[in-house]
Amino acid sequence: MAGVDFVDVKKSFGAFPVIKGVDIQIEDGEFVILVGPSGCGKSTLLRMLAGLENITAGEIRIGGRTVNALPPKDRDIAMVFQNYALYPHMTVADNMAFSLMLNGSAKAEIDKRVNAAAEILGLTKLLDRFPRQLSGGQRQRVAMGRAIVRDPQVFLFDEPLSNLDAKLRVAMRAEIKELHQRLKTTTVYVTHDQIEAMTMADKIVVMHDGVVEQIGAPLELYDRPANLFVAGFIGSPAMNMIKGRLDASDPTRFVATDGTALPVSRPPAAAKGRDLIYGLRPEYMALAGEGLPAEVVVIEPTGYETQMIVRLGGTEVTCVFRERVDVRPGETIHLKIDAEHVHLFDVESGRRLFD
Amino acid sequence: MTTVTTTQPTATSAPWLQNNNLLGFFFMLPAAVFLVCFLTYPLGLGVWLGFTDTRIGRDGIFIGLENYIFLARDKVFWLAVFNTLFYTLIASILKFALGLWLALLLNENLPFKSFFRAIVLLPWVVPTVLSALAFWWIFDSQFSILSWSLMRLGLIDGPINFLGDPTNARISVIAANVWRGIPFVAISLLAGLQTIPASLQEAASLDGATHWQRFRYVTLPMLTPIIAVVMTFSVLFTFTDFQLIYVLTKGGPVNATHLMATLSFQRGIPGGQLGEGAAIAVAMIPFLLAAIMFSFFGLQRRKWQQGGQD
Repeated sequence: MAGVDFVDVKKSFGAFPVIKGVDIQIEDGEFVILVGPSGCGKSTLLRMLAGLENITAGEIRIGGRTVNALPPKDRDIAMVFQNYALYPHMTVADNMAFSLMLNGSAKAEIDKRVNAAAEILGLTKLLDRFPRQLSGGQRQRVAMGRAIVRDPQVFLFDEPLSNLDAKLRVAMRAEIKELHQRLKTTTVYVTHDQIEAMTMADKIVVMHDGVVEQIGAPLELYDRPANLFVAGFIGSPAMNMIKGRLDASDPTRFVATDGTALPVSRPPAAAKGRDLIYGLRPEYMALAGEGLPAEVVVIEPTGYETQMIVRLGGTEVTCVFRERVDVRPGETIHLKIDAEHVHLFDVESGRRLFD
Repeated sequence: MTTVTTTQPTATSAPWLQNNNLLGFFFMLPAAVFLVCFLTYPLGLGVWLGFTDTRIGRDGIFIGLENYIFLARDKVFWLAVFNTLFYTLIASILKFALGLWLALLLNENLPFKSFFRAIVLLPWVVPTVLSALAFWWIFDSQFSILSWSLMRLGLIDGPINFLGDPTNARISVIAANVWRGIPFVAISLLAGLQTIPASLQEAASLDGATHWQRFRYVTLPMLTPIIAVVMTFSVLFTFTDFQLIYVLTKGGPVNATHLMATLSFQRGIPGGQLGEGAAIAVAMIPFLLAAIMFSFFGLQRRKWQQGGQD
């Protein structure tokens, strides 16, 4: 096992830069998720780590060893592909044994390791099947088995769950996390799904347009997003964002462009007199007997919670309540905002202003 | 709400239109007539002629197996059989090896990739007779560009007698056939190579496979179904080849390049012995059937291709 370092890594396709200088330190045994919208460069970065794409500039190290010029087969990493990439003409057992067969392991050793991996993943009964005879989830497990058998320095996952249906995805999420807790192999996992990132990662790297927007633990990103992009990307339903400025005479009052006044508990000094965005997560609004009046637009009960789109002044905001609410569209409710959890972002730089 | 209108079959339509089997038969009729007229009838006529002593301009009578008994003792016929097998075997092996090599090259990310792919098809699109005429000049005993080049390079003293010497003639016609047949093999195999997902190659290289191991364990097994089909067709084309030989050597020298197809033509049309020519043609059928059986089993889906959905 080993850590992974990206040092000012850059990549361009022709004149077109896709990775614009990325620095990431991944500790030994860590589960790191690269997350971002499509086209942000996260998959390219993973493929560079695997050796499937050239590195234009910078350095990638695995276990302290620079691997820039090393071909994939010498990097001692295993990768699970989005489409699984199982060899269709080989049985499950042969698929898993392939890398060991290539490196000349003894038959007994191969059998032992394949059986052990099959045991972990519940594939023992499927070892003689061909990939076509398996369901999506089973293929996914074989692909993971192929990686486990090798006992590599690093596991790479490239959007491994995106071909599965929603229910199976949740199950596999837990299975991959459990597997990591068991094997403790350094893992780099790419996804565009922030829920996957939040639920599985030790550390999340949010990428956007070829640069790293923020690196941190899941809840750290949730509670203290560094900028508007991370604030909007992490969390579902997404954070409400309202444009406006602080009141010149009373900085604990945020005045939206439509004139609505919203509370701020600790106004940062840098916020004074600047165009701001008031960021408020949907769950930090509570129903109250009196407070900000808001007109109900849409009600979406999920049973577990009630999600509501309401019109607050001139803007539509999303709020989530744990309790069940008996209101109809068009009615007015009163909201109490938890000012402790309000974020203020500078419009010009997009950065969060810290208090 | 949308309203769905269903059209009921009108009571006036004839009852036989309601019968799917009968209707199907009528739909197949045009194709069946076409096949019977242009495939079954000529084939049947050929087989029949093989049992007669028909000559050009004179109707024959049924003579049973006399033509075949004569051919069985005919040394030239057996030489043609040997030539055909030799020609087919050597040319097919060369076409497969070179075609596969070319397909693998064209599958790489080369500059001007589509240009090269188009160029490779050229020998295939040029009419056979035209390319055969070109080879006739290339193999000319006095004006051959090959002899001229080799003489200029100082490698040989005099021109090579390409088509006049039995061994040289065999090699020459095989070379021309290979040149003409490579594009079919190369382009078909290239199409097959492109159906192999790139991620399989990537997975194999991460699994530690070298270039050769990737070819041996991933590319080749996944290509075998297509190889079986392509090579069956290639063998059929080569076995029944006529034009190249007819233009280049007409079967000579001393029958060294006579194939069954050219011998059948020579005995049947210029020689006038239609019955005997037909018998030679019929003698090709068992060999062709064998090739078709090979294709039948080659085309069967492998176990790993069966079952499940993608």
